[in-house]
Amino acid sequence: MSASGSVSTVSRDDNLVLSSEDSSSPDESDLELGLGLSLGGNCGFKLQQQPASGAQYARIFTAKDFPSSSLSSSSSSLSRTNHASAGSKRSADSVANAASSWLFAFTLLANPKFRTYASWGILGILCTILIDMGPTASQVVGWPPIRAYRRNSMANQAKSVATEEYNSMIEKHKRKNGVVEKTTNGSNKNNGTSRTRTSLFVKVNMDGIPIGRKVDLGTHSCYETLAQTLEDMFHRPTTTITGMRSSIQEHDTRVEATRRSKLLDGTSDFVLTYEDKEGDWMLVGDVPWGMFLGSVKRLRIMRTSEATGLAPRLQESSGRQGNKPI
Amino acid sequence: MIMESKRKKESPSSPESTQFPDEVLERVLAFLTSHKDRSSVSLVCKDWYNAERWSRTHVFIGNCYSVSPEILARRFPNIRSVTLKGKPRFSDFNLVPQNWGADIHAWLVAFADKYPFLEELRLKRMTVSDESLEYLAANFQNFKVLSLLSCDGFSTDGLAAIATHCKNLTELDIQENGVEDRSGSWLSCFPESFTSLEVLNFASMSAEVNFDALERLVSRCKSLKVLKVNKSISLEQLQKLLTRAPQLVELGTGSFSQELTTRQYAELESAFNNCKNIHTLSGLWEATALYLPVLYPACANLTFLNLSYTALQGGDLAKLLVHCPRLQRLWVLDTVEDKGLEAVGSYCPLLEELRVFPADPFDEEIIHGVTEEGFVAVSFGCRRLHYVLYFCRQMTNAAVATIVQNCPDFTHFRLCIMNPGQPDYLTNEPMDEAFGAVVKTCTKLQRLSVSGLLTDLTFEYIGKYAKNLETLSVAFAGNSGRGMECVLGGCPKLRKLEIRDCPFGDEALLSGLEKYESMRSLWMSACNVTMNGCRQLARKMPRLNVEVMKEDGSDDSQADKVYVYRTVAGPRRDAPPSVLTL
Repeated sequence: MSASGSVSTVSRDDNLVLSSEDSSSPDESDLELGLGLSLGGNCGFKLQQQPASGAQYARIFTAKDFPSSSLSSSSSSLSRTNHASAGSKRSADSVANAASSWLFAFTLLANPKFRTYASWGILGILCTILIDMGPTASQVVGWPPIRAYRRNSMANQAKSVATEEYNSMIEKHKRKNGVVEKTTNGSNKNNGTSRTRTSLFVKVNMDGIPIGRKVDLGTHSCYETLAQTLEDMFHRPTTTITGMRSSIQEHDTRVEATRRSKLLDGTSDFVLTYEDKEGDWMLVGDVPWGMFLGSVKRLRIMRTSEATGLAPRLQESSGRQGNKPI
Repeated sequence: MIMESKRKKESPSSPESTQFPDEVLERVLAFLTSHKDRSSVSLVCKDWYNAERWSRTHVFIGNCYSVSPEILARRFPNIRSVTLKGKPRFSDFNLVPQNWGADIHAWLVAFADKYPFLEELRLKRMTVSDESLEYLAANFQNFKVLSLLSCDGFSTDGLAAIATHCKNLTELDIQENGVEDRSGSWLSCFPESFTSLEVLNFASMSAEVNFDALERLVSRCKSLKVLKVNKSISLEQLQKLLTRAPQLVELGTGSFSQELTTRQYAELESAFNNCKNIHTLSGLWEATALYLPVLYPACANLTFLNLSYTALQGGDLAKLLVHCPRLQRLWVLDTVEDKGLEAVGSYCPLLEELRVFPADPFDEEIIHGVTEEGFVAVSFGCRRLHYVLYFCRQMTNAAVATIVQNCPDFTHFRLCIMNPGQPDYLTNEPMDEAFGAVVKTCTKLQRLSVSGLLTDLTFEYIGKYAKNLETLSVAFAGNSGRGMECVLGGCPKLRKLEIRDCPFGDEALLSGLEKYESMRSLWMSACNVTMNGCRQLARKMPRLNVEVMKEDGSDDSQADKVYVYRTVAGPRRDAPPSVLTL
């Protein structure tokens, strides 16, 4: 592995950067993939995820796309990818093995003449491999050097900051006499850019089942997947949580919300509720997800008959037993 | 001081006598506390060696595998206080396998036999089980001080055992451990008759404790000087605690954000006002600009302020620092940005130590945080600065040169440019000249952490100029093994060298053959070292332990992680299968 002091000798062909992709819309965008290669021939690369309303797209770009003045920035990203690959050797190497064998296909794709649907298929397979690789290669193990306690502590704080700001917006309209108001502490940066990187395990109890479970809210990004997971947990008591949920660097859960959960739409005998920081039991789903994360302490799947006084969520005539319309 | 005592003692006795009775020498040596001084004393002659070993009561062991409990007990029969460090430092960053070792239990068993009057145990990066804590509580009647920093393997059950049985406990300090926090009920285990506590730190634990039990404990422990509570304690509860313990010298608050009535706010302010002895303040989770003013009355004598868990903005930090003119140590998050650091430079002329932690270290899209300008601003205002830990996303050679020109007394310079291998962002050159300036100007430098794009030149500088350097941390740097050779060949006082992701190979590793015996340890991970190189090292240097940690699926010939340390205890027998001792 060499430093990028002599990056000028890197050939243009070598300077490709890899992005994640979903080949569902080949007509729309040029498929752009890149692979960062070091001078020593090791493969390293930087995986960029660009979520766009649920669908991910990919770009192949070659060194032609980098303006010459930013050669230094690309060289620094090259050196970073060099070191990143070494630092996270395991994930990088195994993916690099897969990726290097597709390199030829990618260079073909960069040339419009060779683009075929077969190539898209190949890329689709590759992307599935890459997406399944777990933590992105740009996250080097143990870097920056911050102790685990501090890392977890700050990740949790980022979530609560996002909800603090939301609270302050609401409370500004509720000025009470003699009550000192909470104001935002101003860390706007974390809002929207904070990714869930750490576990937030909360207890879940279901009425009628004496033994509770624990669920990691950090692996979910919306109510649907959470409810789905809970349904699976409690309707199939033999299901165990696999190791993949225990990783701190886990990204969004792989459970796909194919249908709206019964727990959320009011068609079940049960409703999903949570206890918030103030000790009150609330119906899950009313507030934005981030805000929910900031205030949830534990969950309870409650019998609908006990959840009196709750307005029906959807205007459906079936399946709501015991709910009194408000 | 020894010479003075010697002269005094010599006058009544015969002028020809150069021997004095051992008891006298021992009494004199009892005044020596620094273990470095004691080591020097023990080398003078056999009599002094013996006098020293009988009079030593505190022992510091920087690497638990460098010596065995048996050897320790044989040499020092009267130990009351032990400080032990275990795993290599990179275990803090998940680079060391979980079951690596450094278990305290064997030590405790030996101590129960040889040092039944043991009073103090301070552990860092050791594995401590609940059984060990229970064993400790049961076997040492005089036990007073337990400090666990960055340890793992125990749960709150173990702490409950300590609270229940250690009747003479004065200090319980639990910091940043991998502790299984089952419940906060351990705190309620202190018996009602227990009043000796002086230091209580459970700030990094998460489970809620019984507040009534805590309040009663604080009330009856009249000598309590240090109290650091965890996040579960609210502002209202804090106010009650402060009323019970206005004598506190170090305070760690709980959660610093709660809706308070005007009256509650005033009561809190008044409680802080009554705490005139506080010189260290920490905790402050979720503290906002609204609540920080309650602290102002207590800040007059503040020397250490730890805001590293508070996402504060620059302006709010400035308002707080105006009230802290005596501040010597400050830890902050980089949310304060350069503006906040300018305030540090303006209001804290006595500052000696600054640590700036990143609030969001893993998000590459973020372009906030601190830059070289903040660091420069601090250096202009705080000329006494000698310890810095600085996480940033950009730096320049010129800035560092200015900084060390302003503050030439650096003893600890730890700069972390978070993007690996990043050059000077203005000139695009490597950061060699920055660290060159540091080692050339700061002759007292003991500890250095380098980062950014670095060539072998950095290490030439270090080897040539850093004559007092004891600890060096290197990551993603260098062009060739020559860099490491320069350091090993040049730094006479080097004790700890930790390297990751650098192109240093077997030649570099073997260039330090003679050097490693004068060092505590060497760590190399993700470098170009092979198993053959390690075997060669192990063969040539029998008094070193050469351990290799293999990763799954890696090349058999590569030595992924190498840990080399000197020892008188021989190869260890408790290594897990993933760790090979060569």
